Amino acid sequence: MPQYTTYQPKPYRPRMSAYWYLDQWNYLRYAMRESSSFFVAYFAAITLLQIAALDRGPTAYAHFQQLMRCPVVLVLNALALAFILLHAVTWFLLVPRVALRQMLGRPTPNVIASVPNFMVWFGATVIVALFILRVI
Amino acid sequence: MSSAKRSNEPIVWFLFGVGGFFAAYFLPIHIILYGLAFPLRLLHDPGYDRTLALLHNPLTRIYLFVLLTFCFFHAAHRMRLTLSDILNMRHLNTILAFLCYGGAIVGTICTIWKLAVVP
Repeated sequence: MPQYTTYQPKPYRPRMSAYWYLDQWNYLRYAMRESSSFFVAYFAAITLLQIAALDRGPTAYAHFQQLMRCPVVLVLNALALAFILLHAVTWFLLVPRVALRQMLGRPTPNVIASVPNFMVWFGATVIVALFILRVI
Repeated sequence: MSSAKRSNEPIVWFLFGVGGFFAAYFLPIHIILYGLAFPLRLLHDPGYDRTLALLHNPLTRIYLFVLLTFCFFHAAHRMRLTLSDILNMRHLNTILAFLCYGGAIVGTICTIWKLAVVP
């Protein structure tokens, strides 16, 4: 009668460095693009704070404006802008191309897939800016 | 009858995808103006009264609700995957999902509440 053991061989998995994303520029770019999500959450929370300050009155809103002038917050905002711009550009270059390929069943040139998004981005930016600046 | 458990992945991927577009289209101008240009006095800040007047418009509230909700869920999904893959925290997947999506739900509830109570 064969003798069985409880030992189950496991597949070999090479141990991955905790800093694997520093090995190649492509990996680092991927890590930076994904990290933009922290800044999306950060500025969504800042906008929510702004709405709460508007609700509480002019003094609370003045405190919010003062907070936004704090050097640490300014640096965070500049970082947030850089990371969210990276997200926007990579998103517009990649997602429509994949979506169109899914719908049409064939690849679409990058220009045709991406340019409309950059145009919508420009239009949306101008309209929102005009509203915020109270031009319209 | 199939007893296969229905996955909630399509819902979170939908929220992630739509949120990605909203964050890309609209967040940069909010950061440029409220985060940098107004605090650095590069542009004139419209101030409390005129900003509140903008918020009185129902369309502004709908816009902010949609923008913030989708941004919270987009960020939650990507943060979960980022922490899981980039920082090798796959073993904490359930806790990460709870914290990230829970945070997005709390953010959404706060957004609805604040937009509803603003005078």
